[in-house]
Amino acid sequence: MSNQILVVVEHLKGNIEDISFEMLGKGKEIANNIGGELVALLLGSGVEGMAGQLGIADKIIYVDDANLGEYNPEGYCKTVAAVVGDKQPKMVMIGNTSMGMDIAGGVSVDQNMPFIAYVSGVSADGSTVTSSLYGGKMDVDSSPSADGFIVSVIAGSFPADAGRSEGNPAVEKVAAPDLSGLSVQFKQLIEPEGGDVDITQQEVLISVGRGIQSDENLPMAEELATKLGGAISCSRPIVDSKWLAKTRQVGKSGLKVKPKLYLALGISGAPEHIEGMKDADLIIAVNTDPNAPIFDYAHYGIVQDLFDFIPALSDKL
Amino acid sequence: MNIILPIKQVPDLVEELEINSAGTDLDREWLKMKLSEFDDHAMEEALLIKDDQGASVTAIALASDDIDKALFAAAAKGADKLVKVTGVEGSSTHESAKAMANVIKSMDYNIVMTGVQAVDDRDGQLAVLLAHYLGIPHISVVTGVQVSDGSVTVQKEYGGGIVAEFEAATPVVLGIQAARETPRYVPVAKVRRAMRGSTIEEVDAGDLDVGVGSTVSKMYKPESSGGAEMIDGSAEDQAGKIIEILTQKGIK
Repeated sequence: MSNQILVVVEHLKGNIEDISFEMLGKGKEIANNIGGELVALLLGSGVEGMAGQLGIADKIIYVDDANLGEYNPEGYCKTVAAVVGDKQPKMVMIGNTSMGMDIAGGVSVDQNMPFIAYVSGVSADGSTVTSSLYGGKMDVDSSPSADGFIVSVIAGSFPADAGRSEGNPAVEKVAAPDLSGLSVQFKQLIEPEGGDVDITQQEVLISVGRGIQSDENLPMAEELATKLGGAISCSRPIVDSKWLAKTRQVGKSGLKVKPKLYLALGISGAPEHIEGMKDADLIIAVNTDPNAPIFDYAHYGIVQDLFDFIPALSDKL
Repeated sequence: MNIILPIKQVPDLVEELEINSAGTDLDREWLKMKLSEFDDHAMEEALLIKDDQGASVTAIALASDDIDKALFAAAAKGADKLVKVTGVEGSSTHESAKAMANVIKSMDYNIVMTGVQAVDDRDGQLAVLLAHYLGIPHISVVTGVQVSDGSVTVQKEYGGGIVAEFEAATPVVLGIQAARETPRYVPVAKVRRAMRGSTIEEVDAGDLDVGVGSTVSKMYKPESSGGAEMIDGSAEDQAGKIIEILTQKGIK
């Protein structure tokens, strides 16, 4: 067992994702506290140029392989497992992202390492981690049964700026395991279709969640949006129900927004949603449940029936 | 085409959640459970494939309170076979995945589809763990599945609305984020008919040793991080206060 904190760097289309910097910042803090080493694991093909952005790391492990040119669930999982098996880090940090969800559990089984998911906090020495569960309604502290464990970190848990640092850490090139004959093959990236409205550019977003109950109630919210000169956005269940287009979705699998006003109507505030809107200038949340997690992130909170509140507000505009 | 559909029940988050006296888990005595919403999407996607091109769908679940009802509801929606895995109550996701893998190994299957995550899977998401215990590939956060002979094409959602398309040889495990259609509704009467007309096969979980894991020391409601300034009063009063704030901030 080494005293390394190993962060799996996530990148798409040449850009390192914020979650990687969040984990690097936090990982550095823990490495300093335990007298350990922060290692950034970079996978890809021809991406050594990215190493310069990972200056916070004490060391970069770089695996360059043509099969890793595009993200591949199987190829990435095999490669991360091989590197982790070889280096035996004390803790492996992986984003609780679309990519990370393919990798973390697989490495856990392949390397027989404890895995703790939905992590939003890690103690100073890395021994206890906090997971955000039940749609953000409960926090759970737990500890791995063995050193050498994996955490998957929810985006937005730590400041990304703490992990951004230019520099030239030592780069160790490691060969990929045999990736010939992968049974999963990348075909293409599909960019989102341009919607009628780009919600990332709106100054006012009236955002609806499950609490809106029916698509028949959407016009009420749309009227508010019109009166405030903004647009309507939503949480995932509304898109899953086909009430609004995917281009209106805020959160982990949707868009990240930062409007001047984010009015959350009937959105409970699961971590996946919070990730997409917590940096809005002004967040006002309306919910019937006084314990809804959204109130922890809102500036102003209102416990009220939406169907009483929306008309009342609309009348005053 | 044989599709295996692992499903499970999770606490209904609409209800107030209470913590047990040990402070390490939910107080489960009065907890209202419901089918995990992502499993509901996985079921819909499996049934859409069955509707489109024919498939046998086997719903499989670990034994727990009320799980029979969830399995019969799956039958009412169109699942062909129901399997209940016994001897695994209250286990971690790793143990659940191992139990599922033990049973699924001996079945004839092409695709395993289950929800991408659940609200309580601190110990990891089932789909990926199951795939690795089965020793077959896996793709998570899937929002569309097209099946052809010996392979599947799937759409996997990244952040920012970007979707990646992958092709995978079967057998494969897919963690479903959302079905192409809204999950179908099944009337209670139809579930009752399914209860009379279908049988649940019970299978023992087998060896559940998964080696390492983790231990919960504490469960608690998140401390408010500063939190919202709450505005009380009638809807009228509250709306009035919001107008004041918006005016002050120059938004209105």
